[in-house]
Amino acid sequence: MMKRFAWTTAESPSAAASAASTICAEAMALTDGATDGAIVMAGGIDLLDLMKEGLLAPARLIGLRDIADFGAIDLERDGARLGAGITLAALAADARIRRRYPALAAAAAGAASPQIRNVATLGGNLLQRPRCWYFRSRHHRCLRRGGVHCFAHDGDNRYHAIFDNRRCAIVHPSTLATVLVALGADVQLTDAAGGSRRLPLEVFLTPPAGDLTRENILQPREILHAVHLPPISEGIRMAHSKRGEKDAFDWPLAEVAVVLDLEPGGRCRDAAVILGAAAPAPHRAVNAARQLVGAVIDEKRATAAAAAAIEDATPLADNGHKLPLFEALVRRTIMAAAQGRLEDSILR
Amino acid sequence: MQQSDPSAQFGRSTVTLEVNGTTRVIEVEARTTLAQALRGPLGLTGTKIACDRGACGACTVWLDGSPVCSCMLLAVGVGHRQVTTIEGLATADELHPVQQAFIDEDAVQCGFCTPGMVMSCAALLNDQPDCQPDDVRAAISGNLCRCGTYPHVLAAMHRLRKDPAP
Ligand SMILES: Cc1cc2nc3c(=O)[nH]c(=O)nc-3n(C[C@H](O)[C@H](O)[C@H](O)COP(=O)(O)OP(=O)(O)OC[C@H]3O[C@@H](n4cnc5c(N)ncnc54)[C@H](O)[C@@H]3O)c2cc1C
Ligand code: SF4
Ligand code: FES
Ligand code: FES
Repeated sequence: MMKRFAWTTAESPSAAASAASTICAEAMALTDGATDGAIVMAGGIDLLDLMKEGLLAPARLIGLRDIADFGAIDLERDGARLGAGITLAALAADARIRRRYPALAAAAAGAASPQIRNVATLGGNLLQRPRCWYFRSRHHRCLRRGGVHCFAHDGDNRYHAIFDNRRCAIVHPSTLATVLVALGADVQLTDAAGGSRRLPLEVFLTPPAGDLTRENILQPREILHAVHLPPISEGIRMAHSKRGEKDAFDWPLAEVAVVLDLEPGGRCRDAAVILGAAAPAPHRAVNAARQLVGAVIDEKRATAAAAAAIEDATPLADNGHKLPLFEALVRRTIMAAAQGRLEDSILR
Repeated sequence: MQQSDPSAQFGRSTVTLEVNGTTRVIEVEARTTLAQALRGPLGLTGTKIACDRGACGACTVWLDGSPVCSCMLLAVGVGHRQVTTIEGLATADELHPVQQAFIDEDAVQCGFCTPGMVMSCAALLNDQPDCQPDDVRAAISGNLCRCGTYPHVLAAMHRLRKDPAP
């Protein structure tokens, strides 16, 4: 049973920001997650889970559901602005998003389950806490909950990170983040006075070095208001793919988003290869992208890029299986993007 | 800022819900989930709670016609949206076609997943009367059946599929 809390709703992003005296990460770094503060709730899928598990007990929740246009999709010039309150189902179903950003629509369509997608929001998806089972256990107060020890390093780490895993080995849980970083999306944050700052999602998902208690730089009294997608030019190709133990109901073991910018002759001008479920933040495989830029992409190139993607991985005792998984997935996702095929993750 | 109720600071509020076409007023704590409210004060025990974490689909109801996990929604957060539960599908003297097809195809074993499974199937049929087996698989991908009735569920839905106009 969740601890008692009070409930209010906010009618604008700035009102929500002004009421949001704390954030989930700040509260969870306290011993039992109990806080006098107020935390915002979008779909509640992650927040209620943490509260039911006894990991978080805020005095007040502020519902975001009544904010007008919080789930709007606006096409602007060639790019798009996505309200943070849009559900994953609405994102997956939007014809304009499917046409312009097929990898994003596919990622949204394949995450979690139909019932969850009808409630879970874009903002909440990007801000959900990691799935590390020690982090999610009341009985393990690990580094990420303000403790002094990482239980994953000498425990069961089969689902953990293969990059940047020296201190805390979580993988970033958001499927949408993998694609949105590949697309070069920005986030717009709104404060209590109604002021906004806009920054790349990739920067937003990089907390100060050494701060292991959070996965982003969201502050109290601040709301994730929208995500901005860059315009799609003629030569842009994209794909997203994932593999998990189950096709539905589960976070993937490995996922890859690839965005290519191809010249008319097929030569690759620019490339982003982002691995999800690989590191504490969406992992940019710089060496893989380097293999692609300047080349005409074929199976051989994709194979070389896939090998480069995992060459500096540092797997833990139980997660070496992720290396061949990522290698295959990177190669296939590059080919799917280059050939303009959408290797989508919708259930087959 | 809108305070849902003056007593909200103690966690209790009066909530008005639209359930199966009827307006119902109940008093709940803020922490009461929709699933608990349905099974408790609303007396609609057809909706089941199994995992209570959004990970099985037993508690599936519709919000404005879309399947959701009622265990992962707060009753105070539902607002004006229409809630439809398994009790809202049949009429006084006739089962919903999906319910009848489940009986005809023996798509029920222990029955614990069944209300949720039926809600997911009936929502699909509303959206896509000509749904193919893959559409059914996708639609029930958020409903776990420990008894393994899936092939029977597919058979039941096959009975109901309207062929697309030629
Ligand atoms: C069975 C199951 C399977 C799943 N599989 C996947 C999967 O494959 N891939 C995946 O990515 N996810 C998966 N999920 C997770 C799910 O997608 C997230 O929990 C969900 O997207 C969270 O969104 P929400 O709107 O419910 O967020 P909430 O729970 O409401 O909020 C999450 C966090 O974000 C904060 N927050 C929310 N919105 C804002 C905002 N606008 N501004 C500031 N702070 C905000 C809240 O305070 C909270 O800390 C799965 C979940 C379940 C139950
Ligand atoms: S991997 Fe991170 S979240 Fe998991 S136990 Fe270690 S410190 Fe905690
Ligand atoms: S009881 Fe709600 S999803 Fe399992
Ligand atoms: S019939 Fe028993 S769980 Fe589905």
